[in-house]
Amino acid sequence: MSDRLLVSTRKGLFTVSRKSREWAISAVYFLGDNVSVTLFDRRDGRCYAALDHGHFGVKAPSLNSDRLGGDCRPRLSAKPDGYEEADVLGRPLDRSTARIWALESGGLDQPGVIWCGTLPGGLFRSTDHGQSWEMMRALWDHPKRKQWSAGGADLPGLHSICIDPRSSQRVWVAVSTGGIWFTEDGGASWTQRGNGMRAEYVPPEMAHDPVAQDVHRLVQCPAAPQRMWVQHHNGIFVSSDEGRTFKEITGVEPSSFGFAVVVHPREPDTAWFVPEIKDEKRTPQEGKLVVTRTRDGGKTFDILANGLPQWHAYDVVYRHALGLDDTGDKVALGSTTGGLWVSEDQGENWACVTHTLPPVYAVRFA
Amino acid sequence: MAKVVFTANIQRHVLCPVTEARGQTVREVLESIFAENFQARSYVLDDQSALRKHMTIFVDGRMIRDRVRLGDAVSETSTIYVLQALSGG
Repeated sequence: MSDRLLVSTRKGLFTVSRKSREWAISAVYFLGDNVSVTLFDRRDGRCYAALDHGHFGVKAPSLNSDRLGGDCRPRLSAKPDGYEEADVLGRPLDRSTARIWALESGGLDQPGVIWCGTLPGGLFRSTDHGQSWEMMRALWDHPKRKQWSAGGADLPGLHSICIDPRSSQRVWVAVSTGGIWFTEDGGASWTQRGNGMRAEYVPPEMAHDPVAQDVHRLVQCPAAPQRMWVQHHNGIFVSSDEGRTFKEITGVEPSSFGFAVVVHPREPDTAWFVPEIKDEKRTPQEGKLVVTRTRDGGKTFDILANGLPQWHAYDVVYRHALGLDDTGDKVALGSTTGGLWVSEDQGENWACVTHTLPPVYAVRFA
Repeated sequence: MAKVVFTANIQRHVLCPVTEARGQTVREVLESIFAENFQARSYVLDDQSALRKHMTIFVDGRMIRDRVRLGDAVSETSTIYVLQALSGG
């Protein structure tokens, strides 16, 4: 049971703590700095924050220090002289790490191992608590990586990393846009997963190509790792075979478009989403911020709105800004307009912690 | 030796005092400094050792032209300013 939240925002990292049944901001770190995502490592209690210093680049320090020893940023391997790279649209692809978009702990048998996903799509692993980073060359050098494309940002972004609780060598990652990739040898080799996902906004012959899929977020049920949920640019998809194949969930009201998804830690059929009007607008339907929840694997959805703003709300909840605690009871969401809400009953009722934060990028129970 | 002045804004991340260093190009001078102050390097240069997109460097009042190789000439009496560009804030 978690009584603390780490809230990563455009202007700092906020911790939010529960006291006497009330949630309130308890501390601020890196005030003024852009914190793209934060990791609380349950194995040893360490925290890691990904900072984007704008002029001075991307860094990944531990929570209380911006000066972790060594050159702690994940960085891409040097570009061979004269070698220029372009994305599928022919635009020059920046080979410098532009943003850290995912931080995850390795398996329980791998103390100190941290995984890191970035824009423009580099995947990194640290074996020393983030002191140094190894680029996963096999994924970067995969011929299909050049088919990755920019989704919501100017560069392809690797935003989701799922470590198999049964074997730390098995890892899934998801890219916007580039689909889902899987390794079963700790990153030495990678194969594409994600058949069955569909992108209706690309030419028909590409619509089912796994590499063309704009996965907004991929999550895996810890107690039933074969079950994976995807919030996709095109809607909601669910897999029951470790991401090999997906089934589209249709008819979800008020919308199946969104960025975030979380799955219950023990109930693979239970997942939460934050719907928005689809891509051309990206605001809550009719100005009403709601959360949708399925308990039956996507057959039906509850619309949860009690305590959320229902009048002229233009809150967008980014892909990492919906959090769920280890019990599966507490849910939290943070929005682009600085709102933060917590539910302690699986989303039935929400309490507003504050609506004056900087734009929220990520929310995590810690 | 050339004199190198770093923007005040970088100081809260990594200490970069005014320094004198030898070199015939901006690259040589900066690498000489970064050899002693390794932490500072990643705040000024990107993964490919080019000047960060939103940084700029002036040598004796002139903005450098070679942002990738940092090959602009430096004299014994040059003053180099390493600053934030006005973009990217």
